[in-house]
Amino acid sequence: MFPIVHARQLSDAVFEMGVHAPAIAKKAKAGQFLMLRIDEDGERIPLTFSDWSAEEGWIRFIFMRVGKTTHKLSNLGVGDSLADVVGPLGVPTHVEDMGRVVVVGGGVGTAVAYPVARAMCAAGAEVTVIVGARNADLVILEDEFRALPLKELIVTTDDGSAGRKDLVTAPLKELCEAGAVDHAMAIGPVIMMKFCAATTREYKVPTVVSLNPIMVDGTGMCGACRCTVDGETKFGCVDGPDFDGHAVDFEELMSRQRVYSDDERLADAEYDRECRCHS
Amino acid sequence: MSLVDDTATPAPEKPRHRPARIPRTPMPERDAAKRAKDFEEVTLGYTEEMARAEASRCLQCKNPTCIEGCPVNIDIKSFIGEMINGDYHAAVAVLKERNALPAVCGRVCPQEEQCEAQCVLAKKGESVAIGRLERWLGDFDLACELEGRCVPVVGEDTGKRVAVVGSGPAGLACAGELRRFGHAVTIFESLHATGGVLTYGIPEFRLPKHIVQAEVGLLEEMGVEIVCDVVVGATYTIDELMAEEGFDAVFVGNGAGLPMFMGIPGENLNGVYSANEFLTRANLMRAYDFPKVDTPIWRGRKVAVVGGGNVAMDAARTAKRLGAEEVFLVYRRTADEMPARKEEVHHAQEEGVEFKMLCSPVEVLGKDGWVTGIVANTMELGEPDASGRRAPVCVMGADFTIDCDTVIMALGTRANPLLPKTTPDMELSKRGYIVADENGATSKPGVYAGGDIVTGSATVILAMGAGKRAARAMDEWLMGTAR
Repeated sequence: MFPIVHARQLSDAVFEMGVHAPAIAKKAKAGQFLMLRIDEDGERIPLTFSDWSAEEGWIRFIFMRVGKTTHKLSNLGVGDSLADVVGPLGVPTHVEDMGRVVVVGGGVGTAVAYPVARAMCAAGAEVTVIVGARNADLVILEDEFRALPLKELIVTTDDGSAGRKDLVTAPLKELCEAGAVDHAMAIGPVIMMKFCAATTREYKVPTVVSLNPIMVDGTGMCGACRCTVDGETKFGCVDGPDFDGHAVDFEELMSRQRVYSDDERLADAEYDRECRCHS
Repeated sequence: MSLVDDTATPAPEKPRHRPARIPRTPMPERDAAKRAKDFEEVTLGYTEEMARAEASRCLQCKNPTCIEGCPVNIDIKSFIGEMINGDYHAAVAVLKERNALPAVCGRVCPQEEQCEAQCVLAKKGESVAIGRLERWLGDFDLACELEGRCVPVVGEDTGKRVAVVGSGPAGLACAGELRRFGHAVTIFESLHATGGVLTYGIPEFRLPKHIVQAEVGLLEEMGVEIVCDVVVGATYTIDELMAEEGFDAVFVGNGAGLPMFMGIPGENLNGVYSANEFLTRANLMRAYDFPKVDTPIWRGRKVAVVGGGNVAMDAARTAKRLGAEEVFLVYRRTADEMPARKEEVHHAQEEGVEFKMLCSPVEVLGKDGWVTGIVANTMELGEPDASGRRAPVCVMGADFTIDCDTVIMALGTRANPLLPKTTPDMELSKRGYIVADENGATSKPGVYAGGDIVTGSATVILAMGAGKRAARAMDEWLMGTAR
C-alpha cells in the first residue's frame, strides 16, 4: 500500500496528490510517469510526475476529475492509501542546455511542464513558459513557475479571466516569429500539442510533445499505447512518452483515446449514483 | 522411529503391481455451449476413483522413459507408484521434489509432446494420462489444510541474498529452488499480482487464478519474500540491487516482452488489440466484470483472431465468453501446422470458434477510426521452411474480406528493452534477448537469466526448467562449491 501524504484541490476539477513511495522518488526524472491502481477492483492508469522529493520519499501528480478512477481518486485524502504505484516509467525528457527553450503547458499538462521547465532551467537553458487554461480557475502552479528563474511566464486563458485572452499558440507563434526559440516542448491536451507542433513546424523549431495514450501495464507488455510516429508504430510507455511533435499522428492518437469513452461515462455515472446513495 | 530393527527383518515384499488393461480414463469436461458463456474452468479434473484407475494403467517400467520426456525430470514412475499404493501425500512429495507448481503444470503443460509422448504405452495405444494425474495430485495437495500440505524443506540459512526478477514460471521455480538451498530470496514483480503469464495471460477457464495464488502462497510459506509493483530496470537497476540493496546474485525471469504486430495498414484502428492487451484486460484486470470492476474491454460482435498458437486460442475463447457472436481464427497455414496444443484447438472448435485457414491479413479496414473488417490473402503451402513446416505462399489475386469489428493479433512477442537498457554490460542477442549459457549464466557475473527473456516465447514448463537449472548454478556460484 502507498500512503497518501498530500492532497490539495487546485480548482473545481483539478487535484494534486502526493504519495509516499521512496524507491520511486529516488529515481524519478522530469517527463516520466507512474501507473497507479486505487484498490482491488481499480484500473491501472498512467499519470506523469508533477514533483518529487528523493530526500523525503514522496512523489506528486496532478489530475483532472474526468472519469470514475479520477473521481474516486479525488475523494481520497491524507490518511488513505493507494493499492499500487509503479514507476518511474518511460524515457525521461531529454534535458540539456538547448539555448532558448519554450515550454508550453495546457490544462493539467501544466503539471508535467513544471518539472520539465525546472530541469531545463537547472541545465542552464533560457526558459520561457507558456501556461494555457480555459479560465483563471484552471490555471495551476503559477506560483511554482514564478519561483523558477524563467525568462518569462506567459499565462493565456480562453476567456481572458487571467493573463492574455488567447490560445497558447499565439504567444508561441510570436516567439517563433521573433526567432527567439531554439527548442519547444508542448504538454497538454492532444489538440493543443497538435497545434503547437503545427505552429513551430513553419519555423523549423524542434518540438517535443509528451503523449498520454491509454495504457494497461505501462511497461511495454500490452501495446495499448501504440501511436504512429514518422509512419512507424511506437509504444508510448517504453519508446516515449516524449516524441517529435512534427512526426506524431495526432488524429490517430485522439481517436485511440476515445476507445472507452462510452464505458467511462457508464462507469462514472454508476459511481456517482453510488456516492449519492451513501451520502 | 520404529522399534523394529529393519535390517534384521526385511519388510515384506510389496505385492507386485499388475497394470490394469483398461482404456485411458477420459477427463470430465463442462458442456461446450454452457462453458463458452462463462469463465469457469472447462475441464473438471479426475475424481479419486478415476485417478486411481488411471494410475493403475502405469506399467511401472524398469527403465521409465517418461521421465526423460519431462523438462524438469519429475520422477513420474515413483509418484504414480505412490498413487497406486494409495499414499497421495508421498506422491505429492515426489512431484514437488522436482516441480513446485504441480496444479499449474498439470493443467498447462503440453504433456502429449513431453512425458506422455515417451510413455511405453503410447507406442501401441494410449499413454498414461500423466498430466491429469499430476493435476489431480496438485489439487489434492491444495485441498489439504495448510499443515497437511507438502511444503518443501528449506535448507539451513546460507546468509546469501538473491533477487529474482519476475514472478512468472521461471522466477517462481528459481525462487523455490534457491530457498530450498537456504538462500534468502526476494521476488520483484512489476505488476500488482504475482504469477506472470499464469495470471495475466492464461485465462481463468483454463487455469483458475486461485490455484496460481495458492501455489505462489506455498513459496511464501517457504519464506520467499514477494514484492509487487517494482519494475527492475526502472525502480531499481540490477546494479543497484547488487550494490545498494544487498543482493549477492540476481535471476532475471521477466518473461516475454512487447507484443508483435504485422505492420499492415489499419493496425492502430480502434478495435485492434494485441492478444497481450486483450488477455491482460480480461484476466489480470477482470474486465469481464466491468462495470463492477473499473477496467473496460471492447466487446466485439465479430472478432477475428490472427495466429495459431495457444495464445490465439485463449484470445478466441475469451472473445466468445465476452459475448462475441462470431469468432474467426485466421491462420496462414493449416490446422496441422498450428503450434497450439491439440486439446486447445479441439476446445476452441467445440466452443464455436470458426477456423479460417490458409489466409493472411494484408490490411485492417476501418471507418471513423474503428475496425470494420480485414482484407486477407489466400495462401497455399509450399516447400518446408527453416522451422520444418511447409511455408505459406500467397495465391495471387485471391484476396478477400472478412467483416469484423475486432481484430486480435496473437503473433508472439519480442524482447522488452526496459531491463537490458539499464544493464549495458549484459550481453544480448541480435533480437534483444539475454544471452545465457545452459545454466542460465549471463555475461554479467552473478546475474543469471531464464525463460522467455532468453529463449523467446516458449512454454511454462521450459521456463520453470530454466529457472531451476539457474538456481542450481547460482547456488554453486554463491557457495563456491557444487552440492
